[in-house]
Amino acid sequence: MLKLAKYLKKYRKQVIVGPIFKLIEAIFELIVPIITAKMIDNGVRTGNVGYVWRMGGIMLLLGVTGLCSALICQKLASIASQGFGTVVRSELYKHINTFSHSEIDRFGTPSLITRMTNDINQLQYAVAMLIRLVIRAPFLAVGAIIMAMLVDFPLSVVFLIATPLIALVLYIIMTRSVPFFRVMQNKLDTISLITREGLSGVRVIRAFSKQKSEEERFNAAADDQTATAIRVGKLSALLNPLTYTIMNFAVIAIVWFGGWRVDSGAMTQGEVIAFVNYMSQTLLAMIVVANLVVTFTKSSASASRVNEVFDTVSSVPDPAGASVAPVPDTPKIQFENVSFSYDGPDKYAVKNLDFSIMPGETVGIIGGTGSGKSTLVNLIPRFYDVSSGEILIDGVNVREYPFSALRGQIGMVPQEAVLFSGTIESNLRFGYRDATQEEMEKALKIAQAYEFVSAMPQGRQSPVNQGGKNFSGGQKQRLTIARALVGSPRILILDDSASALDFATDAALRKSIQRETSGITVLMVSQRASTIRRADKIIVLDDGEIAGIGTHEQLMESCQVYQEICLSQLSRDEVSKK
Amino acid sequence: MKVSTLKRLFRYAKPYSGFLAGALISALIHISLTLYGPILIGQAVDHIIGPSNVGHRDMIPILVMLAGTIVISAVFQWVMAYCTNKITYHTVRDLRAQAYQKINRLPLRYIDGHAHGDIISRVVNDVDQVADGLLQGLTQLFTGVVTILGTLVFMLTISPVITVVVVLVTPLSLFVAGFIARISHRQFIEQQATQGELSGYVEEMISGQKIVKTFLYESRSEEEFNEINQRLYNCGVKAQFYSSLSNPSTRFVNGVVYTAVAAIGSLCAITGRPGPLTIGQITSFLAYANQYTKPFNEVTAVITQIQTAFASADRLFRLLDEEEETPDAPGALALTDSEGNVDVEHVYFSYRPEAKLIQDMNLRARKGERIAIVGPTGCGKTTIINLLMRFYDADSGTIKIDGTDVKNVTRDNLRKMFGMVLQETWLFSGTVRDNISYGSEQVTEEQIIAAAKAAHAHSFIMRLPNGYDTLISEDGGNISQGQRQLLCIARVMLVDPPILILDEATSSIDTRTEIRIQKAFTEMMKGRTSFIVAHRLSTIKEADLILVMNKGSIIEQGTHEQLLQKQGFYANLYNSQFAVAD
Repeated sequence: MLKLAKYLKKYRKQVIVGPIFKLIEAIFELIVPIITAKMIDNGVRTGNVGYVWRMGGIMLLLGVTGLCSALICQKLASIASQGFGTVVRSELYKHINTFSHSEIDRFGTPSLITRMTNDINQLQYAVAMLIRLVIRAPFLAVGAIIMAMLVDFPLSVVFLIATPLIALVLYIIMTRSVPFFRVMQNKLDTISLITREGLSGVRVIRAFSKQKSEEERFNAAADDQTATAIRVGKLSALLNPLTYTIMNFAVIAIVWFGGWRVDSGAMTQGEVIAFVNYMSQTLLAMIVVANLVVTFTKSSASASRVNEVFDTVSSVPDPAGASVAPVPDTPKIQFENVSFSYDGPDKYAVKNLDFSIMPGETVGIIGGTGSGKSTLVNLIPRFYDVSSGEILIDGVNVREYPFSALRGQIGMVPQEAVLFSGTIESNLRFGYRDATQEEMEKALKIAQAYEFVSAMPQGRQSPVNQGGKNFSGGQKQRLTIARALVGSPRILILDDSASALDFATDAALRKSIQRETSGITVLMVSQRASTIRRADKIIVLDDGEIAGIGTHEQLMESCQVYQEICLSQLSRDEVSKK
Repeated sequence: MKVSTLKRLFRYAKPYSGFLAGALISALIHISLTLYGPILIGQAVDHIIGPSNVGHRDMIPILVMLAGTIVISAVFQWVMAYCTNKITYHTVRDLRAQAYQKINRLPLRYIDGHAHGDIISRVVNDVDQVADGLLQGLTQLFTGVVTILGTLVFMLTISPVITVVVVLVTPLSLFVAGFIARISHRQFIEQQATQGELSGYVEEMISGQKIVKTFLYESRSEEEFNEINQRLYNCGVKAQFYSSLSNPSTRFVNGVVYTAVAAIGSLCAITGRPGPLTIGQITSFLAYANQYTKPFNEVTAVITQIQTAFASADRLFRLLDEEEETPDAPGALALTDSEGNVDVEHVYFSYRPEAKLIQDMNLRARKGERIAIVGPTGCGKTTIINLLMRFYDADSGTIKIDGTDVKNVTRDNLRKMFGMVLQETWLFSGTVRDNISYGSEQVTEEQIIAAAKAAHAHSFIMRLPNGYDTLISEDGGNISQGQRQLLCIARVMLVDPPILILDEATSSIDTRTEIRIQKAFTEMMKGRTSFIVAHRLSTIKEADLILVMNKGSIIEQGTHEQLLQKQGFYANLYNSQFAVAD
């Protein structure tokens, strides 16, 4: 947790001053019982009405100043904790943006989001508690004991026995019940899992008439959770009765032994009452401390989850600012013996890829799932760095390009059609803020999206929901293709991005890309033989290796893997059809 | 807060009324004893007058009684908590079980039409809210009210004047707390909204990282993020500050009450007016003043909780009140040894009355025939499946199996006649074996393996780390999409139904698995009437009947040759699909 303390630097003042004000309030709170004692001993005993009024006035004054200091502290705590959270969030977000896909894959998107939100909120809360309570609560607990000692040392022995006992009870119950909360959460997760399965599998469950057994499965999980909840409940229900019993017995001891002290003249009646007050103050403060411990345990887990992100360095560094000179008369894209593995040296996703693509060529890449097609195209914009070998663009290693120069010339359409919330236009302008109306219109036309966009009442200003949920799969894909075309990329990569299109639209799309994008090097990944069979060159991947390169006709002659794919998808006469 | 909701909720707690009575009685005993404590302490303190003037002998019975009160009060406090827990969690369990049972009885129309996340949250979160808020909240409310009343009674017996002072000042803390709660609630809503906006933004950007990177959007997204982040800071500081006010403020009010009691108590003791008061009684009063104000602070918090709980209870009850699937007709049959002849006669159906879908559909499928359903994505192929298996009922017209109207057959029996393998495979978290034997009861290991072999799944299952005992994880990440489909095929093979509904995969399956699935399908279709949502030309060509669907209705039907001759939609589709643009 200390590592994150540097983000509190800006709020040093608040972190130091806040607790001081809180301390003032606590001190005043500790003085009150003494004043009450004085009021009784000096006022009531001697019948001095004026004294009672004076003491009452002082108590009120203490209350008001205490309130003011508390308010100041709360204000400082809010500023520091929210400020801290804001800084950490901003830094963390910036840091995540430097990650390559390897790092993002490793954490997983949901996990990164939880870290950005819940974990940082937890830390923020911890900072607020740090300022508000970390000094105050232990100070009150210890302070009450010290005050008791000052009033009458021998009688304060009661405190020295009672407080460790209370602490022990708190410790035992907390350490036993807190881990159960995680267990409870897991059991609740099981319940939602079964519910989710029951909903998503509703057709299968009913098809097999398994409602009864699913209900039994659900009830078993629910029973299990109930049993645990009751067990934890029994345990944590002990906390209050036990601590209050100890405290009350301490009060009995105070009254009994205090009686002896008063009898011998060492103490006054008022002081005995003060003692009783201190006892209840101690107990309350100790319960707060125990809760604080729980809070900080939780936040230290959050802190380590956040730190894990901060400690991760991008495996694909950006040589920003470097200048590169393309070598003339070289292939546009060249793979030289490229291998890559996501994890571990023996599990290659692609292996010994060796090929070159000339400017303006259209290249099809085909192969089954897991054959490495997406991996191949993800290596070009350096979403991952190759494990061995070299990738050259215009004769220069991709590692030498600044990201802006490398990715700036690539138009990429990923497998998953992702749109961002905003409007169609804001999505088209995602890469090029200043794209003109003509450019956007042209891109939409090539992507076969112009028609349906124009048909919408608001046209390009039509709203896009998060993830583009208000568009059909085919519409989304066409919009992502249009987005990639805005800004006229030199290299266009289509990663199986026409899978949701019906065949007619797919064909029209291919035709218009061919017609409108002369000079652009196009890489087309697909599972459909019909999509790529007209490409200038087809690369066939099988299990991460190249099984063949050539035109459709050449491959039909020479490449068995390609034949298999074609035969499984096209009828025999279509395969041979020119 | 609706009385009906409350009443209904108490019906769920009824089986545990013993515990409820236990909780209430324990609460009464616990509170009265707790309140009696300060009186005893006060009496004891009155025996401590000054040097050489302490009545220890008189204190003994008081202190012994005090000790007894403390112990008994503690025991009942625990019993109270225990009973509340029992009621709470058992009611939760019952509510959940009922909600889940309800899901199984709801018509598909409801389940398809509602976000699953929302239904899950009713079964999981809302039930928890109800438990926390209503049951525990109500107990807290009860103890709070009893404490306040009890304290009042005890205080009145000691000094009516000071009681009046306490009663007059305390509502101040309620007022202050309420005022603060109102302000901070507004701030909280704004903070919540901004927090939601930020989470949404982060989620969108991180899950779209590939795009962000390709389009070099990083710096722009940081700008946008920081803008939201700054707004979150602004309202966050306010929300936190205002909400943190309530604690010191109520503490201050309590302090004022305490001071007032101490001062006025002392004055009474000195002057004997308006009534005489001993020092011990002042001590008791101070304790009561504290006890009296505390529930007020708690009750404010509890009321918000109870309000949320009522909202949750309403959401839950709305789910429980949904109309269920129409029950099987009285005297519905269970067909045995079905041939698998299917007749669809003049069927009309639509999901929504205003959008007509299937109109006058007719179809005749005899035993062993293959019916291919083709059409562009989203053309409504699943609608046919929905109707055949009675996930939805036709608006009019009849569907017959072996000449019997499906409405006169029990749903369980009808559905068992169909074997269904959909592209969206469904496996539940459990072992491979459990998943294969899902639809069948009491099958032997040999039968399971035989089914897996027939589905060409045996060899890959054996390669899994634990073979048939391998656990399939929630997202099924450990086996591929194609393998999942093979397992679903094995599952159907084991049941051996007379009619099949198959959905050919469009993508995401590697060639070899694809070939295996094809083979398994062919094997399975032998002698069975099959409906195939087809994407593959070979399947379509070999079908006995092709149904061409577009925009939810069957627009053409016939064999491949017949349809090509027709030069209609099918011919067009066929040409664009397999003839490549030149």
